[in-house]
Amino acid sequence: MLRLFAHANYDFIRVRRYAYAVTALFMLPGLLLLLVRGLNYSIEFTGGTLIQVQSKRPVDVAAVRSGLDREGIHGAEIQNFGTANEFVVRARVAKPGTDANDTQATANAVHQALATVLGPDNFTILRTEAVGPKVGGELRTKAFLAIFLSFFAVLAYLAFRFEWRFGLAAVIATAHDIVTTIAFIAMLHLEVSLTVVAAVLSMVGYSLNDTIIIFDRVRENLKKHKKESFEQILNRSINETLPRSVLTHGTTLSSLLALTIFGGEVIRPFALVMFFGVFTGTFSSIYIASPVLMAIEKRWPGQLARGHLTSAAPPPAPAPSASRKTAQVG
Amino acid sequence: MLSSLRSRLIVIALLTFGSIYFLFPRTVELRVRGPDGVMHDDTVTRVPLKRGLDLQGGMHLALELDQSKQVSADPKRDLDLALTVLRKRIDEFGVEEPLVQKAGDSRIVVELAGITEPARAKAIVQRSAFLEFRITNKTNALDKTLPAMDRTLRSLGIKGDTGKGKPSAVEQLLGRDSAKKADTTAKADSAKADTSRRTGAAAAKTGAKPGAKPPGKDSVSADSARATDIGGVLAGLIQPAAQVAGSATPGEYAVPETAFPRVDSLINIPAVARQLPRGVVLRWAASPISLGAQSYRLLYALDDRPIVTGSNLEDAQATIDQLTQGAIVTFQLDRAGGRKFSDETGRHVGDYMAILLDGRVQGRPPVIQSRIGRNGQITLGNKSLQEAQDLALTLKAGALPIPLKIVEERQVGATLGSDSIRDGITAGIVGTALVILIMLVFYRMSGVLAVAALALYILFTLGGLSMIDATLTLPGLAGIVLSVGIAVDANVLIFERIREELLHGKTVRLAVDEGFKHAMNAIVDSNVSTVLTALFLFQFGTGPVKGFAVTLIMGIIASMITAVFVTRTFFMIWLQRRPTMSTLSI
Repeated sequence: MLRLFAHANYDFIRVRRYAYAVTALFMLPGLLLLLVRGLNYSIEFTGGTLIQVQSKRPVDVAAVRSGLDREGIHGAEIQNFGTANEFVVRARVAKPGTDANDTQATANAVHQALATVLGPDNFTILRTEAVGPKVGGELRTKAFLAIFLSFFAVLAYLAFRFEWRFGLAAVIATAHDIVTTIAFIAMLHLEVSLTVVAAVLSMVGYSLNDTIIIFDRVRENLKKHKKESFEQILNRSINETLPRSVLTHGTTLSSLLALTIFGGEVIRPFALVMFFGVFTGTFSSIYIASPVLMAIEKRWPGQLARGHLTSAAPPPAPAPSASRKTAQVG
Repeated sequence: MLSSLRSRLIVIALLTFGSIYFLFPRTVELRVRGPDGVMHDDTVTRVPLKRGLDLQGGMHLALELDQSKQVSADPKRDLDLALTVLRKRIDEFGVEEPLVQKAGDSRIVVELAGITEPARAKAIVQRSAFLEFRITNKTNALDKTLPAMDRTLRSLGIKGDTGKGKPSAVEQLLGRDSAKKADTTAKADSAKADTSRRTGAAAAKTGAKPGAKPPGKDSVSADSARATDIGGVLAGLIQPAAQVAGSATPGEYAVPETAFPRVDSLINIPAVARQLPRGVVLRWAASPISLGAQSYRLLYALDDRPIVTGSNLEDAQATIDQLTQGAIVTFQLDRAGGRKFSDETGRHVGDYMAILLDGRVQGRPPVIQSRIGRNGQITLGNKSLQEAQDLALTLKAGALPIPLKIVEERQVGATLGSDSIRDGITAGIVGTALVILIMLVFYRMSGVLAVAALALYILFTLGGLSMIDATLTLPGLAGIVLSVGIAVDANVLIFERIREELLHGKTVRLAVDEGFKHAMNAIVDSNVSTVLTALFLFQFGTGPVKGFAVTLIMGIIASMITAVFVTRTFFMIWLQRRPTMSTLSI
C-alpha cells in the first residue's frame, strides 16, 4: 500500500515556539498593511457602482477616467478584468448632488461617460452592481454577524460534543486562522466581497474539521495510552492522523487549483482564500489548537487529561518550558 | 434492519433513481409574451435545476419607497400596495419565473431572469403610472400671483439676473428627475389635441385675456430678456403661452427650455409656492415643444382636484392609430369612474382638460367639446408600439402609491453567465479528475469504490438540490467543485483507519468494521460544525452566497450518505464475494 507518513513520529509540539514565530512573522506584515492600506472592500460593502464592460477595441483607461470626471464621477477605479478588452469600473462615490441610496443616478452617469468615450455601440455591459451605502452597511453587518455567530455556534457544539477545553482550543485556532487569512487578503490586496466572506467561513469550517479530527484522536488516545504525557498524546495523535491530513488536503488543494486556474475571474478570489485557508487550517490544527489545548488542560485539568499531566517522566519536553507556555497562552 | 445487504442496496437504488428523477428534463409551463405582445402560456422542456441570475443572466433589484418628494403616511401599507402593483406589472412584462417579494419591512426585491432590456424593465418597475385628468385654471391665477412670488424671491435674496446661479440641491434633483422622465415617459398627446389646435386661432382672443390685465410694472413681455431686467425673476421667465404661441388654452404658460430647471426649483421653494391661490397647482409638460426657433417647456396652472384618476382605470390597450400610424393607448374607465368622468366633463364643456401621467402633463390639453364617457385614448406621438405597450401595462397594473427608488441593482449579462457556467464545469471536471487520480493511486481497489461513491455523491448532491428547488449560483458551483475535494475526506478517514487496524494485525473483516466504526465520530463532528457555519452563511448571505451555503449543506448530507453508507455497502459486497480475502487492496 502507498501510504505517506505512515509511521511518522515527528515531535510537533516541541517545535511549537518556532511555529509561533513563523505565524507571527506572517501576520505582522499583513496586519501592518491592513492598518496602512486597509482592506479592499467590494462595492457590496462600501456602496457604489460597478460596471463590467467588454469593449470592441482596447480601452484607453485615461480617456475613460477623464470621461467619468466630466460626468462628476471622481476617483473611480478602472481595472482590466481577464482579457485586454474587458474592464471593470468601480465608482465608490455617488454623483455629487444625488441621493446615494438612489443608485440609478450614479449608474446612469457611468453609463453616459462610457457611451461618450467608447461610442454608444462599441461596448457591451456584462455586469452591473449598484449598491446604496445603506444596503452596503447592512451587508457589512450581516457578514460580520455571520462570522461572529458561526464562531459561537461552533464553540457551543464542540463544548457539547467534547468539553469546553477542546472547544475553546479549537475556537482559538479558528481565530488564528481568521487573522492570518485577513493578513493574507491584506497582503494580496484581494477584494473583500461576500463571496470572499463565504470563503473565509468555509475555510473556518475546513480548519475546524481538521482540528476536530486531531482532537477526536486525542480523546481516544487519552483513554488508550494512560501512561503517556499529554504532550506525547498530542504528538501521537497528530502523527497518527497525518496520512489522512496529507491526502485530504491533497484532494482539496487539487479541487481548489482547478478552480483557481479554470474557474474564472469572479471565483478566483474565493479559490485563493480557500487555498490559503487549507494551509493555515492545517498549520493551526497542529501548532495552535494542540498546544493551546495542552495549556488549557494544564491550568484547568479535565477529567480525561488529569492522569497525563502529572506523569513523572515526560521525556521529549521538560516540564518548565511547558508551564512557561501555559502562562503565555493563557 | 439496514444490516442486510439487500435492504442497503434497495436504499441506494432508491436514492439513485430519486436523484435521476429529480434531474430528468421535464416540461414546465411558462408565461411568455409572444411576438404580438400578448401573454400566453408556453411549455419548455429542461433540466429542473434552476440557475441563479449570475449564471443565466438577469437582474436583481431592491427597491424602497422614495419619500424625497412625497412622504408616505403609512409606509407599511404603501409598500404592500406597491408590491401588488409590481407583481401585476412584472407578470404582464413577460419574464420567465419572475420573483417579486418583500424583503424586511421596507424593501421589495425584484428578480428577473434572462432579460435582455434592463433599462426597459427598470422603467416599468419605477414608473409611478399615476394617471389623472385635471381642468386647466381659467382665472389667470398664476399671472396674478407672479408679482407676489417675485417679491417673495427678492425678500429671500434671489436675484433675477443670474440665469445660471449655483444650482440648488432641489434644482438638481428635480432637473435630473425631469430629464429621466423625458426619457422614460412617452410623450402623450390627448385624443383631442388636434381639435384644440384647430380651434387655436379662433380662440386667440381668449388667449390674449391673461395679458390684458398686466399686474403693474411686472408686466409680462414677450421679450424674456428685457422682462428679466425690468421685472422679477419669474415674471421674466414665465409667460402666458397665448403670447408666445397664440394658444387658446387658459392656464398654459411657456418657459424657455433652458430656464426650465431654474424655474422649477424656484416655484418649488415653499415660501414661493404658498403665494399660489388655494385650489390651484402648477404642473409641467412632460417634454419640451418648439415654438418658432426656440424650445419651450409649458407650465400649467390646474385645478388641484383631479376629475378622475387612474384608480378608476379598468383596461388599457396599446394599438396603432390607423389614421396617423402613431402608437396610442386606449383606455376604459370602470363604471364609477365613467360616471364621474361623464358628469365632470358635462359640467366643463368648453374647458380644457390636462391629462397627467406621474405629475407631468401629456401633450397639449384638449378642449372638452361634449360629455365624455368611459373610453378615451392617449396619443403617443412618435413613440414605438413597445413603449405604448409598456405604458398600457403600467396603467392597467395601477399606480404606485409612492415612487420607488432602486437601492441595489445587480445585473449580469447572459454571455457572462454562460461563460461562468463553462468555466465552472471545466474547473469541476479538472478538479474531479485530479481527485479521482489521487484516490486511485493511493487506495487502489478501495479507491475505485470511493470513486464510485464519489460519482453517486455528485448525483445525490445535484438531485437533492433539484428536489428542494434550490438555485444554482456561481459560488454554489464553486462550492460543488470544492466539495468534491472535501467529500472524499470521509472516505480517506475511514480508509486510513482501516489501514491502521490492519497494521495492528486485525483481520480484513474486523479491520473494515472497526475502521468504519471509529471514523464515525470524527466524520459526524466535523460535518456538523461545517453545517453550522453554512447555516449562518445561508441566514446572512445574499443570493449567490445563499446558493453556496445551500450546495455546501446538501453536499455534506450527500457525502455523509455516500461515504458512510454507500462505501460501506460496497465493502460488504466486496467482502462477501471474496470471503477468504486476507489482504485488502487499500
